[in-house]
Amino acid sequence: MASTTSSIMDTLFQRTLEDLIKGLRLQLIGESAFISKALDEIRREIKSTDPHTKSNALQKLSYLSSLHHLDMSWAAFHVVEVMSSSRFSHKKIGYHAASLSFSDSTPVLLLITNQLRKDLTNPNNEFEVSLALECLSRIATTDLCRDLTPEIFTLLSSTKIFVRKKAIALVLRVFEKYPDAVKVCFKRLVENLDSTDPHIVSAVVGVFCELTSNDPKSYLPLAPEFYRILVDSKNNWVLIKMLKIFAKLVLLEPRLAKRVVEPVCDHMRRTGAKSLMFECVRTVVSSLSDYEEAVKLAVVKIRELLLDDDPNLKYLGLNALSIVAPKHLWAVLENKEVVIKWLSDEDPNIKRESLRLVMAMVSENNVVEICRVLVNYALKSDPEFCNEILGSILSTCSRNLYEIVNDFDWYVSLLGEMSRILHCQQGDEIENQLIDICMRVRDVRPELVRVGRDLLIDPALLSNHFLYRILSAAAWVSGEYVEFSRNPFELIEALLQPRTNLLPPSIRAIYIQSAFKVLIFCLHSYLLQRESTTSSYPDTSALSELASKREMPEGSDSATFKAPSHSEQDEVFNPRVSNQSFEELSVGNGGDRTISHGQTSTPVTSENSFTYEAVVNHLNLIELALGPLTGSHDVEILERVRNLLCFIELIKGEVLECLVQKEENLNSAEMKSSKIIKLMSDAFSEELGPVSVSAQERVPIPEGLVLKENLNDLEMICGDIQLPSSISFSLVSNHYEEGVGASLPDLQSKEELEPPSEATSLLAEHRKRHGLYYLSSEKNDIVANDYPPANDPKLQDNQNNDTEDLVKLTEQLLVSKKRPNQAKPRPVVVKLDGDVVPVSANRPGPKDDLLSGAVQEVLLGSDTRTSTSRSNPSDKSSSKRKGKEKLITDPSSELNENLGDAEKLDHENPSSRRSKHRTHGKERRHKSPGKIREEREENGQKEKKKSSHRHARHKTRQRADVPLNVVSETPVIPDFLL
Amino acid sequence: MIRSVMVMNTQGKPRLAKFYDFQTVEKQQELIRSVFGVLCSRAENVSNFLDAASIFGPDSSLVYKHYATLYFVLVFDSSENELAMLDLIQVFVETLDKCFKNVCELDIVFNYSKIHTILDEMIFGGQVLETSSTELVKAVEEISRLESASNSITLVPKSVSGWRNR
Repeated sequence: MASTTSSIMDTLFQRTLEDLIKGLRLQLIGESAFISKALDEIRREIKSTDPHTKSNALQKLSYLSSLHHLDMSWAAFHVVEVMSSSRFSHKKIGYHAASLSFSDSTPVLLLITNQLRKDLTNPNNEFEVSLALECLSRIATTDLCRDLTPEIFTLLSSTKIFVRKKAIALVLRVFEKYPDAVKVCFKRLVENLDSTDPHIVSAVVGVFCELTSNDPKSYLPLAPEFYRILVDSKNNWVLIKMLKIFAKLVLLEPRLAKRVVEPVCDHMRRTGAKSLMFECVRTVVSSLSDYEEAVKLAVVKIRELLLDDDPNLKYLGLNALSIVAPKHLWAVLENKEVVIKWLSDEDPNIKRESLRLVMAMVSENNVVEICRVLVNYALKSDPEFCNEILGSILSTCSRNLYEIVNDFDWYVSLLGEMSRILHCQQGDEIENQLIDICMRVRDVRPELVRVGRDLLIDPALLSNHFLYRILSAAAWVSGEYVEFSRNPFELIEALLQPRTNLLPPSIRAIYIQSAFKVLIFCLHSYLLQRESTTSSYPDTSALSELASKREMPEGSDSATFKAPSHSEQDEVFNPRVSNQSFEELSVGNGGDRTISHGQTSTPVTSENSFTYEAVVNHLNLIELALGPLTGSHDVEILERVRNLLCFIELIKGEVLECLVQKEENLNSAEMKSSKIIKLMSDAFSEELGPVSVSAQERVPIPEGLVLKENLNDLEMICGDIQLPSSISFSLVSNHYEEGVGASLPDLQSKEELEPPSEATSLLAEHRKRHGLYYLSSEKNDIVANDYPPANDPKLQDNQNNDTEDLVKLTEQLLVSKKRPNQAKPRPVVVKLDGDVVPVSANRPGPKDDLLSGAVQEVLLGSDTRTSTSRSNPSDKSSSKRKGKEKLITDPSSELNENLGDAEKLDHENPSSRRSKHRTHGKERRHKSPGKIREEREENGQKEKKKSSHRHARHKTRQRADVPLNVVSETPVIPDFLL
Repeated sequence: MIRSVMVMNTQGKPRLAKFYDFQTVEKQQELIRSVFGVLCSRAENVSNFLDAASIFGPDSSLVYKHYATLYFVLVFDSSENELAMLDLIQVFVETLDKCFKNVCELDIVFNYSKIHTILDEMIFGGQVLETSSTELVKAVEEISRLESASNSITLVPKSVSGWRNR
């Protein structure tokens, strides 16, 4: 009794959905509290036996679930109950709740099959049928599809358009979930293409558009039907879908393209609807780009879009232009002024698209100017777009190992400039490129050191954490190639400036290590300089040695990898050098340096720079700056600081002492420290050559070495120690390890640095195979400052950031495509075997082979094919891809094949196939599977003889299937169109 | 194929959310939130397209239109034409306008079920089935009539709730 009362009360005073919404808007207790209260109510009401109360509660729950993100999976059973109500309004609520909350894993799905079947076959109420169809389109599982296929099949020919169109649309989901349904429904689906009702045609075309986009090949036989709709239909929605279908199909069948291109252009010319026009344009530029006339027309239309005021059309125009760009760059160049104008558009989409197009226009002739313009744009853009600009500059310039960069000095200074842009967040990429260029391009090192110094010396940069990676690269470059520096002492100061404590420890360690290298260089130079003043000593050879070492760019290749130990022999066997007077050497040395600097500057190691005071001051400076760091908790820093300080400790006494003594007993007192310094200098000046990623594989395994021995014990012992992974087999990431290796301040490290004999021979071999490795020496005669002058003197003066000026400027730049010959030959960029040139991504394979197999079976009646394609899905997809690639890359051979093909077709079909088809399209289609099968069997018998012919005829498919059984694997695609 | 239809107001409150692939409610909330995050940062008079790949995964675009206090959003893949999708939003809003006589946000707030009916007639399982607002209104009105007819049989609750709402 009590329960009945409460149920009645519930019914009488139940809140409706509207009450709930009103309450939600007026609530004072907070939304979530109100909702949880409402939810309690719903939980009670939904158990009610009164169907009205129940459905009302479910409606409220659906509302809360949909718009307030409440989980309602717990109510699944109640949903089923409400669905089965006989009343339409309840049923509607139930179906809505089901499509909202059911997923494939909902257990109660098993209970609704019969309910759905009952509703689908309801003869009186088409709206109930429609409810069931709608729900199925969201929740249908494989089981439901299998069980309900007969009902759906019946509905496909329903006389009620309202129901039939929904049944057609539902077929898409059914096919996807249950491919066997194709056998039942496909034919009827295709028949609906001929319907006179535009709704039906629209729905079928929509389904085929989806099916084709996943697996175009299977629907090639339907091309004639599609073609008819493409030509005859007046409905823009249908035409757009048709174009989408053909955009996929013509890529597989070039002959189809020939037929389709005309109607597409017709639509493009005639239509007033922008959407259809754009779709035509997109189809042409993406799939019919071999047809010059069509592309020209499309570009005219693109221009119309570009000049429209509507930002949407502008955006789409740019979009189409970027599709066309790779094949027809002229289209972009024709519209370049518009493209550049929109680099400063307020719409981020449009800006981004125009940026992409500008980058597409970049070539080695205009890269300098375009980059300058873009950097100016970047300076005044918002941070996000600024970084997009910088990112695209970086990726474009580094493409294919800096393919388009001729002048690396320019590029390196551009990198430096980019690092200083306020919003720059491309630290990682710039760091990689700095190091990469440094390793690959020998001639650019002096400029790199200069750029690095400018970055290091600026204390303001140390506060921007986005730059840390760049700074670490700069520090490494400065240390490694300190010989190109104009003022090494300045570098030491920069590397040890107080603000470096802002750096993260790993980068600070690089700074300290670089300071070490610079110090060694300074000391060594100082000693040489002092020794050379006493030119009577045979020790002078050390200077020559230094010179020869430092002049490696000009030296022969073998000098590069000369082991340091050889230098001792040099001392003995090089009487010519040792007899030379200091003046000559100095001049020679200085001259060489000038050249290698590429600038008319004074020699770096001018006598004045390495004075006694400077050396002592900097030794003190280092001790002062690094002293506090001996207590650092970071092991990398600690290690390096200790190395450096101990070294100073080791030499300081002697150096100072002998310095005080001046030249009196130089011979004896100085020997020890100078020897240490020389050894260290040798160690540091050893060239770090680029090593191929695959180099290790080519090192022969020494005999008696057991490589496969289990090293687990070792791991247990030194589990904490992080072994340097992939030691120096990649260019970019390994420089730290190499730096570490070179830092050990003793003889042992020097020995380690000697390339083992195997490696040397490998390198020699490698060089032999690749010819010239580094740049030949005559290049150095050209003064690097002699950049190609810009065309317009105004350009160089242009410092203002006014957009219009930039636009004008860019236009000029792009107009003057023909630039005077490069004044400077491109330096050699070292390439290694392991360098992977990025290849375009693989095309995804067909989504589901089951479906395509089923469709092909229905369309072509080839059971064998279906079974093999099922058993061999991966094989098929990969070979298919291969076939397609061939299709694209090998147009000439196909032309010939096409010719033969056409002849054959003429031979076979003397009557006009097309007209016959168009009048009797339906009839033909019904006939076709049988006919095809006959043809196929016939072909099977004659396969051996005719194989060449058939190869020509269905090249895509044929090639793909060659490795498989040819006879069973090659169904005929009837070419109705030709 | 259309992946999702959303209507939200300028404060980011969802007014309609329909996903044509199953999404958990948490995921739905996240998607709506991130879409709104992008939308509210866009200026007026810029293009109506967004690259939605970061939110909805590869091969997805987003079209939105801003009417008074509401954003209408459509998410779809490459089988749909961008401009056609813009038209579709227009059709949807026109239909709402016809159904509610000068539609405003409140109409959409209070007519949850009717809005869904309209949308379901227009888009079925992610495919566009009806693009004429006249046809849509006709179908929706018929469904509404059927609903109230089936309701009117139960006199008591109907009359009570009707009386309560007065």
